[in-house]
Amino acid sequence: MSGIKILSASASSGLPRMDKTQFIVWTMALLPIVVLCVFYFYPLLRVLTISFTEPTLGLENYRDIFSSSAVRRVLKTTLWICTIASAVSLLFGYLLAYAIVHASTRWQSWMLLAVLLSFWVSVLIRAFAWIALLQTRGLVNETLQFMGLIDEPIRFIRNTFGVILGMVHYMIPYAVLPLMANMRTIDTRYVPAARGLGASPFGAFWRVFLPLSLPGLISASILVFIFSIGFYITPALLGGGRSTMLAEYIALQVNETLAWGQGTALASSMLFVVFAMLLALGRIVKFRNMFGAG
Amino acid sequence: MERLRGGAGFAFTLCLAWLLIAFLILPLLVVIPISFTPERYLSMPEGEYSWRHYETLFTDRRWRKGIFDSTVVALGASCLAIILGTICAIGCWKLSSRLGETIRILALTPMIVPPIVHALGMYRVWVDYGLIDSYLGLILAHAMKGIPFVVISVSAVMSNFDPRLEQAARSLGAGPLTAMRLTILPNIWPGVLAGGVFAFAISWDEIVVALFLTRRAVYTLPRQIWDGIQDNISPAVAAVGVLLIFVTILAVLGKMAWDRRMAIREGRRA
Repeated sequence: MSGIKILSASASSGLPRMDKTQFIVWTMALLPIVVLCVFYFYPLLRVLTISFTEPTLGLENYRDIFSSSAVRRVLKTTLWICTIASAVSLLFGYLLAYAIVHASTRWQSWMLLAVLLSFWVSVLIRAFAWIALLQTRGLVNETLQFMGLIDEPIRFIRNTFGVILGMVHYMIPYAVLPLMANMRTIDTRYVPAARGLGASPFGAFWRVFLPLSLPGLISASILVFIFSIGFYITPALLGGGRSTMLAEYIALQVNETLAWGQGTALASSMLFVVFAMLLALGRIVKFRNMFGAG
Repeated sequence: MERLRGGAGFAFTLCLAWLLIAFLILPLLVVIPISFTPERYLSMPEGEYSWRHYETLFTDRRWRKGIFDSTVVALGASCLAIILGTICAIGCWKLSSRLGETIRILALTPMIVPPIVHALGMYRVWVDYGLIDSYLGLILAHAMKGIPFVVISVSAVMSNFDPRLEQAARSLGAGPLTAMRLTILPNIWPGVLAGGVFAFAISWDEIVVALFLTRRAVYTLPRQIWDGIQDNISPAVAAVGVLLIFVTILAVLGKMAWDRRMAIREGRRA
């Protein structure tokens, strides 16, 4: 289609022009890729090569990380925190997206405003707010103690609960936006049609709306899971070193013990998992829809 | 539709949705009272309010440096991302669709890769390039992270652009670059602007790469906040939080008003 476009555009202005036009188009498309190669893909490649060459050439780092009990513990923690946080974010995100898509226009824009606001607020400020609220001398504990409901402050953060809470809070908008983009494409006459044919409200949702929103749900879940695997800031601040997740562990390996080989081997594995999940999806998640949803 | 909206089930869903929105927004608001505490430590103001923590942000050398560095880096990174992302999106649009799509996906990679992975790689490569702890180094790193957002928003606008406009310009004798400058650019600038704002916000908020690539000479606001949370939790962070949330509200409202205006314009055209 656009190939024809270029040809027809240049056919009218003669052959030498065609070469020049194509040269310009190629330069425009490829120059940013060249810059990305030098300053982005080459660094990624370096991570891979370091994992095979430091301290010695070979697969030793990978053998080490798969046999180390510390790594196994971190992987287990990461996997189950990611699973729970993603599942909860998706459930809440689905509910919120469903409500927004079906709400009246006026409410819709207010709800959307709230979701977008939450989407854009700095991850550091969120973590700070949670710490201020939930630490042992924070607002929630002081209030509960003042009301006489508890004697000892409850430990909300610096544990796994804190990490999951922070992650869910961060990821709900990431689930809502792609889900909403998908739900908007569903024909609004289907559910009333099912109701008219005798389905219960829940039956109509379960057997008509849910299957139609499945593509959105799948992209959203992969997106949310990919993001959660790489979480660094929230676990570091709200986990308090108790439930170290993979990204934080990699940073520790590199910064504290200078174990670049193992750190990069873990990072490469992480990258591999992320790309494998994207390929499993069959296509790249429609990021454009996700961010265009605003 | 009306039936669905009127049902008790949907009313219940709507209530849950508002509860979720409260969960998303209310915890953030705790930074407002804390930012006005007269104390040096994290506490709620009790009867007495003070602007001292806001004053700190603008008088303290370290906070000022944080704000200055973040502004310089985010401006530099978003300009670079705008230029590279826009020419990439236009180039891909003009190439055959398969190839253009492949290149576009390549340009989106920085968005999906976990930050810790590229932070490690960049650290090692930046050491070789001599870019560690320099403005240029962090600007380049953040620009790479910003490119995907510009590519996405420009591509979205490009898909509505009528290619015949450019062909008309060419057949009237304009050179390829002139034709693009006079036909494409005036039509896609909303996408360029939106992408630039995205790229600016991404850089302004970025911490993981900054933790690896900078030490003392460049010290962005997120690093300052990171220190403010980790060492002794300073109420100045709450003051930054209030300002950032305020700016975010303005930006989101602006974006929504903007979308509405564009939708009306599109409607008129159709």
